[in-house]
Amino acid sequence: MTRRVRHALLVLAALVALGGAYTLLVPAPQTASAQSGQAQIDQGRALYEQACISCHGSNLQGAPDRGPSLVGVGDAAVYFQVSTGRMPLARSEDRGYRRVPAPEFDPDTDQGRANLAALGAYIQSVGGGPQVPAETGPQLIGSDVGHGGDLFRLNCAYCHNFTGRGGILGAGRYPPRLEAATPEQMYTAMLSGPMAMPVFSDKQLTPEEKKDIIAYVLAVRGQNNAPGGYDLGELGPSTEGVIAFLVGLGALVLVAAWIGARS
Amino acid sequence: MGLVARSLARGTANALDRRLSIAAAARRQASHVFPKHHSFFWGEFALYSFVVLVLSGVYLSFFFVPDTHEVVYLGSYLPARGEYMSRAYESALDISFDVRGGLFVRQLHHWAAVVFVASMVLHMCRNFFTGAFRRPRELTWVGGVALLLLGIFEGYLGYSQIDDLLSGLGVRIISGLLLSIPLIGTWLHWMVFGGPYAGEIWISRFYIAHVLLIPGLLIAIIALHVGLVWYQKHTHFPGPGAREKNVVGERAVPGFGTNTIANGLWVLAVLGLLAGAFQINPVFLWGPYDPSAASTYIQPDWYAGFLIGGLRLWPRAEIHLGSYTVPAPFWPGVFLPLVMFALLAAYPFLERWANRDWRHHQLLQRPRDNPTRTAVGAMGLTFYGVLFASGATDVLSATFDVPFELLVWAGRIGVIVLPPLAFMVTKRICVGLQRADRDVLERGAHTGVLQERPDGVYIEVRRPPGGADREGRPIPLDYGGARVDQRPATSPEPVGEEQQR
Repeated sequence: MTRRVRHALLVLAALVALGGAYTLLVPAPQTASAQSGQAQIDQGRALYEQACISCHGSNLQGAPDRGPSLVGVGDAAVYFQVSTGRMPLARSEDRGYRRVPAPEFDPDTDQGRANLAALGAYIQSVGGGPQVPAETGPQLIGSDVGHGGDLFRLNCAYCHNFTGRGGILGAGRYPPRLEAATPEQMYTAMLSGPMAMPVFSDKQLTPEEKKDIIAYVLAVRGQNNAPGGYDLGELGPSTEGVIAFLVGLGALVLVAAWIGARS
Repeated sequence: MGLVARSLARGTANALDRRLSIAAAARRQASHVFPKHHSFFWGEFALYSFVVLVLSGVYLSFFFVPDTHEVVYLGSYLPARGEYMSRAYESALDISFDVRGGLFVRQLHHWAAVVFVASMVLHMCRNFFTGAFRRPRELTWVGGVALLLLGIFEGYLGYSQIDDLLSGLGVRIISGLLLSIPLIGTWLHWMVFGGPYAGEIWISRFYIAHVLLIPGLLIAIIALHVGLVWYQKHTHFPGPGAREKNVVGERAVPGFGTNTIANGLWVLAVLGLLAGAFQINPVFLWGPYDPSAASTYIQPDWYAGFLIGGLRLWPRAEIHLGSYTVPAPFWPGVFLPLVMFALLAAYPFLERWANRDWRHHQLLQRPRDNPTRTAVGAMGLTFYGVLFASGATDVLSATFDVPFELLVWAGRIGVIVLPPLAFMVTKRICVGLQRADRDVLERGAHTGVLQERPDGVYIEVRRPPGGADREGRPIPLDYGGARVDQRPATSPEPVGEEQQR
């Protein structure tokens, strides 16, 4: 054995020892994804019994005049309703509009995501249903924005407006504006069909089409909308008419008063 | 340099005068007298907006392609890339994103259009409420009503031909309204669309009407309208020296001329500000028209709002006469606007007939001095206003969180109840204002100063504009139709203690 080979073996042994010591000494991060199966479901059940049980019942069967059954709604519905703050309701009269989510279910924190996943796993374990996609964030944004726009106008704009500015449904109900919706929330909303919204299963809109729609919504909201100046809330000609009278004609009447007063 | 320019101008003017003998006519017209009042500039807003419309429209016509053929968009607006759309819509996107200054000019054109119609309405209100339409100016009024109607059509055709999803729904509505007309509806629809909706010919037809037919008519009627104002002289308000038989004001050059040029430049400035600061009709966001797509917040431009309001308020009620059907939209969508514009055009003749007044009128009236007319105007505006507001029930419902159904019923009740109410309230206000004027002229302006008389009674010191006689009693003045100065400070001697002393 030459000296060179002996040295190489020594370095190898040292590396193995170091790596082994590292894996033994540094603990694995305690995240929800590390939980598996039954443990996660149990945690979800505990969360359910704290936050949801009073309206949806002890076995998800719902309670008369309080809340619907959750059997078969799937964790997509859980993710959408809870991460957007619609659930748990602060008061029973609330109409379930978007609010700041409860701190323990905030999708912007690790803890919140873990809790959402656990609660979803519990609901999913009873009766199944549409599931939260495995992809997240940028993976849910499609590439064919133009096609997404076509699909959005065909399927979504009836209620959500050309660029997601909401609208009316009648009987005092309003489809939400989409300014704040995240890709995950849009995707799970399409899958689960909350409130008056229809369910868009993967047979109606394929996952790729859903992602294109999400890409379109992201492309036409916020600052992307106004190459021509202030966007006037994008409410169409109604606000334009207000500006035409108040700013345009208003300024001109003042100008005329000024010219008329000079001689 | 100044010398050269001056001699050049003199040479040109002399050359023209020798050939055309224009000096005498030009001198006479330069001395044409224009009365001055700030509200007399309101009609010019429409005139100068129209000039901006023609200029910006010419620029847009270099790039707009009125063609229904389907193409795939490959321009620089990313959210639309790869979409199928008509050539017309594609060229509108190109104007917005790939033509230098295109988006600004498009917005300038659209802002000028909405301000054009708005200032015509404002100008019409001024002429209505001051009685400027009375004999001998009925033709000017009727021409103005025609301009308003043509202006609305012109605007509608302009935004429709872009073939975006928002205006496409408006084209569908007009197609439905044409079809709803009894007996001739189908034929009319065929005349406009060349077949069933929407076909392939409508954009080029809308386009030629928008850039040639209606602008030609507008220019002709504007020339007639302005020519009549020049030839018949402008009306004026009663005031010092202003009588039925004369015109008090400034000469056309330089007084009125500089004012109107300044006003025109201001119109350009305000429209430019709107076009640069506020986005209007972002057609790229609406997407290409597709008969199976739709959106919320579908409104026309403001001047067609009353039509949509009428359609939204009218109940579903079809009339069947034998084998003929009169669909519900016919009444609010065709019959009502026709009646409204007919009444508007006929108003000078109706009032002349009602008052048995065949005299010529060069003096304007203050709105309070003809309470019935003012009240009729307020009634009409209220009726129009309820229809207008009802055209945006969806936006109002979502913005103010009021149930949509409630707004529809409020509109239905309001359109019947509010106009008569407005009539009564306006008439009472006018009579009250008249009394206040007479009170000042007879007893004097209120000073707010209280005096105690020797017998212990408190009275307010009044300053009569006509002064007081030797006994300290106010000399009453006749009301001449002009504004009565209600301010005590500018009035002559007070009546009261100071004089009695």
